[in-house]
Amino acid sequence: MLEHLLSFIIWTPIFFGVLVLAVGRDQRPATAKVISVFGAGLGFLLSLPLYFRFQDLHGGPQFVELLSWIPAFNINYHLGVDGLSMFFVVLNSFITFLVVIAGWEVITSRVSHYHAAFLVMSGLINGAFASQDAMLFYAFFEAMLIPMYLIIGVWGGPRRVYASLKFFLYTLMGSLLLLVSFIWLYKQTGSFDIATFQRFGVRDGLVAGMSLKSQTLLLVAFFFAFAVKVPMFPVHTWLPDAHVEAPTGGSMVLAAITLKLGAYGFLRFALPIVPDAVREYGSIIVVLSLIAIVYVGLIALVQTDMKKLVAYSSISHMGFVTLGTFMYVDGVPTVYGLEGALMQMISHGFVSAAMFFCIGVLYDRMHSRKIADYGGVANRMPIFAAFFLLFSMANCGLPATSGFVGEFLVIMGALKVQFWIAFAAGITLIVGAAYTLWMYKRVVFGAVGSEGVESLVDVNFREFIVLAILAVSVLGMGLLPGLFSAKLHSSVDTLIYQASQYKVGREGGEK
Amino acid sequence: MDKATFYLLVPLLPLMGALLVGLSGRLLSFVAAHTIAIAGVAGSFLLSAKVLVDLWNGQPTFNGNLYSWITIDGIDLNVGFLVDKLTAMMMVVVTFVSLMVHVYTIGYMKGDPGYKRFFSYISLFTFSMLMLVMSNNFLQLFFGWEAVGVVSYLLIGFWFKRPTAIFANLKAFLINRVGDFGFLLGIGLVLMHFGSLDYATIFGQVHTSEMQQFWMSKTINLLGSTPVGLITAICLLLFVGAMGKSAQVPLHVWLPDSMEGPTPISALIHAATMVTAGIFMVARMSPLFELSPVALSTILIIGATTALFMGFLGIIQNDIKRVVAYSTLSQLGYMTVALGVSAYQIGVFHLMTHAFFKALLFLAAGSVIMGMHHDQDIRNMGGLRKYMPVTWITSLIGSLALIGTPLFSGFYSKDAIIEAVAASKIVGSSYAYFAVIAGVFITAFYSFRMYFLVFHGENRWRSHGQDHGLADSEEHHGLSPGDDPHESSWVVLLPLIALAIPSLSIGFIAAPSIMDGRMFGSAIYSDMHDTMRVVSEEFHGSLAMAVHAFSSAPFWLALSGVVAAWVLYVWKPSFGVNISSFFRSLGIVRLLENRYYMDHLYIHVMTPIATSIGRVFWKVGDVLLIDGLVVNGAAKLVDKMSKITSLFHRGYIYASAFSMILGAVVLLLFWSAGTKQILAAIGLSH
Repeated sequence: MLEHLLSFIIWTPIFFGVLVLAVGRDQRPATAKVISVFGAGLGFLLSLPLYFRFQDLHGGPQFVELLSWIPAFNINYHLGVDGLSMFFVVLNSFITFLVVIAGWEVITSRVSHYHAAFLVMSGLINGAFASQDAMLFYAFFEAMLIPMYLIIGVWGGPRRVYASLKFFLYTLMGSLLLLVSFIWLYKQTGSFDIATFQRFGVRDGLVAGMSLKSQTLLLVAFFFAFAVKVPMFPVHTWLPDAHVEAPTGGSMVLAAITLKLGAYGFLRFALPIVPDAVREYGSIIVVLSLIAIVYVGLIALVQTDMKKLVAYSSISHMGFVTLGTFMYVDGVPTVYGLEGALMQMISHGFVSAAMFFCIGVLYDRMHSRKIADYGGVANRMPIFAAFFLLFSMANCGLPATSGFVGEFLVIMGALKVQFWIAFAAGITLIVGAAYTLWMYKRVVFGAVGSEGVESLVDVNFREFIVLAILAVSVLGMGLLPGLFSAKLHSSVDTLIYQASQYKVGREGGEK
Repeated sequence: MDKATFYLLVPLLPLMGALLVGLSGRLLSFVAAHTIAIAGVAGSFLLSAKVLVDLWNGQPTFNGNLYSWITIDGIDLNVGFLVDKLTAMMMVVVTFVSLMVHVYTIGYMKGDPGYKRFFSYISLFTFSMLMLVMSNNFLQLFFGWEAVGVVSYLLIGFWFKRPTAIFANLKAFLINRVGDFGFLLGIGLVLMHFGSLDYATIFGQVHTSEMQQFWMSKTINLLGSTPVGLITAICLLLFVGAMGKSAQVPLHVWLPDSMEGPTPISALIHAATMVTAGIFMVARMSPLFELSPVALSTILIIGATTALFMGFLGIIQNDIKRVVAYSTLSQLGYMTVALGVSAYQIGVFHLMTHAFFKALLFLAAGSVIMGMHHDQDIRNMGGLRKYMPVTWITSLIGSLALIGTPLFSGFYSKDAIIEAVAASKIVGSSYAYFAVIAGVFITAFYSFRMYFLVFHGENRWRSHGQDHGLADSEEHHGLSPGDDPHESSWVVLLPLIALAIPSLSIGFIAAPSIMDGRMFGSAIYSDMHDTMRVVSEEFHGSLAMAVHAFSSAPFWLALSGVVAAWVLYVWKPSFGVNISSFFRSLGIVRLLENRYYMDHLYIHVMTPIATSIGRVFWKVGDVLLIDGLVVNGAAKLVDKMSKITSLFHRGYIYASAFSMILGAVVLLLFWSAGTKQILAAIGLSH
């Protein structure tokens, strides 16, 4: 079974998703829920060997599966994970499990469809992270949009149609360019194998590589495809709308996993495939990342809707990921930047999921996301208030929570590049604390602010379990980040080696 | 038990107490909760005392790692302990004051619904503070630094229903974050240039005078083409962190507001321990700070400004806790001045004596507040010495120590600071000398103004109006008519007495070993400047120093401060009214009442600027430009595809989209089996 582990991890949730659809009836939601929890739990358990059996010292893909899929175009069912992707498969299976529990009582309409959508999406996301073949990646990457589109469009808030359409169009725009660039690379290499793409054009003796112009065009395509997903300034405006309309589970997966796919795309495709273009234009992305951190942070400060606030804070936090990815010193990315980016991605998976879940807990009770409708929640929900405080502190990057690790490493890396980059990024210490704790103050502290708050009841057992699991994750990663980073080193070294190569041919000029 | 495990017990005992009490819910009774918490801290105190005694008996410094937090780029960032004489002294001070505060809390928080939560927080604080002082590297120092900040945030906002409390705790956290921002950048520069965050590794690189020359000549480009000394940049950034935590001007504004927290934590966190973390940090980094005259001068000037100008604010306060708070600010300024003249040992000495007498003053203020039924306005008190004799005497001891009465603890540390400033040649020391000398009079005046108003003169509580000032509990109340103040219970008085003893004696005992350098040994390095050498040459024993004081300016200034307070507040209060209206006519009182408009600057200028920038970015950047022009422009195209959305309204698209996914899945499987045939069928195959 271990040799087909990744296939199991991808297809098990999809199988259960289909099963839920087949047997679930709205008259008997219990059956659907039980099957879903079982499927998601099994999916998570299956993903765990990826971590425990991972070879730390091996920088290439592991758990590899290779089958011919469309021989005509040399497209293969080629799976494998390395340090860059392994955590996200596990994280995704983990978050899916929590989401299924989170939606237990809250979702009452079309229960089987809701859970099926999440299970199917989980499998597709696992597939995207595990693909070693560009077309396979593309298929999963695109297919994943459909369930998310449905989750927002069917179980979302009043403006769900606008939001889901905006989400769909934004992300579709980028991915079409991605398809074009894959086909161009296929024509050059005769393969859709990602490793082949990465090797293609590496300057070797007299062989002309890839011209800077081609690389730049590819980088533009990658940028549009992945920057929208991250999302980076200025293509970020779909995210707050999507979050506001999405149900809690949708927001959790969107923030925790889907955004990571964009950042992962940069690491997997942009840096190794077009290293010279990244060297040439990466500083633009650094600037955009800094804008995301500061500009979006300040926007978060003035939000009146909790979900929008956390959505903007997500964009700001993802700014650290792209900043860490594109910070180069002497034409080479920094270890601090890349590992910081990856740690930030993992941590943000825990913290953003937790923040959106907390808001969901409040929304389920009060049916409002407006900060002004709350106040004094701590009086009625002390246990919830304690958890929410922990996650808020993690959201401001407090040491000993996971939120600190990535920000710390990226800021350390930035200092190697330019003091003022670190300075600008460091402003998040102040702004991040300001928007998060100001919201916390207005929502949780104070005297009981309204009749709605007066009638609140504290978290139930199911909510407690989800919060506790997330709390352990956030603290565990904050106290023992070495458990995560040890699995990253080799793959990051490989990536740095690839990104430091030159592909411009002799005629392209010696850069 | 090996050494590391033994040292680990010191912070872990309070942590276990905090977790047990905090997570037990209703399982533990109030008595069980406070017993567990106190046992944890008491154990920690005993172990700390043993550590100190062992080190004094010649046991070597311990430096070892517990575990590797992360390994990055070949550098290990660890969690570990450095236990030398500086650490040991801090451990004893922290755990002793914490133990006293734990005991005191039994009386002070009696009947509060958050009783157990409070114990959990102060034990957690003790753990965090111990991790901070015991750290052997910058990273763990920063962990402790932030952790004490969070607990302080929780405790200032302990009574979270009060709007003022939750305003104050947010303010404290954010102002501290400004400091942390600088601190983190400073740590980053250290990591980048020294290749480590481990104290021993870093200090080992500035060990010899050649190395020192090398580092002092190293520059980085920060401001255009003007190179800045690397060590200066590092030290200034680290000191920004200290300014936040130790409340130096202009990052001091959070400390007076932190008085919103219950009084025991004002004593523990906002007087004795957490706020002195910045002082401790600079002393710990003395091998680096010694290399930057620019940084030392900056520290000196900021410290002197804080010492003098915060003292002025103490004069006009009427809330008993706020008087003590401004006094704390001013005394932190004194400590900072000592650091700035390269007399780190004396700065830490003042930190220690101050921890005892200021904790005492705060706890005594708390006792008065209880006696007055949570009326904190000193104008409503008077003559309390008859009703609260123990509180009265211990307060007097604390006040005498604070103003530097010869033989009392504060005298030795404060006079040593003044002598160090006089001996120093560092730029800014003449300004600092003026500030610390003037500060002596100011300190004596505001301390005894409060003392006389509270304990002497007429009983004013019978006639006071409705204004009770800032009430230190959930409910606002004062003494009911006909009620008299009462002395507090023994759990409150015992800590007062226990703190009064070191407030009286610790200076006399410790001064000789501070002056000759035995106290901290090699933990503090101050050889680049000869301030410490001059001061120690002039020192001829504790008794001689006290005798000599009678012929020196500070003693007479302090005495005149006390006399002035007596004249204006006991003997001829009418003078006081005249003088106060004279200063009011000059506009000075108004300036002081508005705290030099510093809070105004933060709250009414900087905060609105930040939020309006955010609003402009949002409404103009995101909504108008990005969404309005670009996205919605595209959306107009989409309008034409409105059929898609109408499908949604009918609610069936989810079903058809699911069949899309299913179709795709089937197709994938089918393709992998028989691709060629299909492709051939549609004419795509080669």
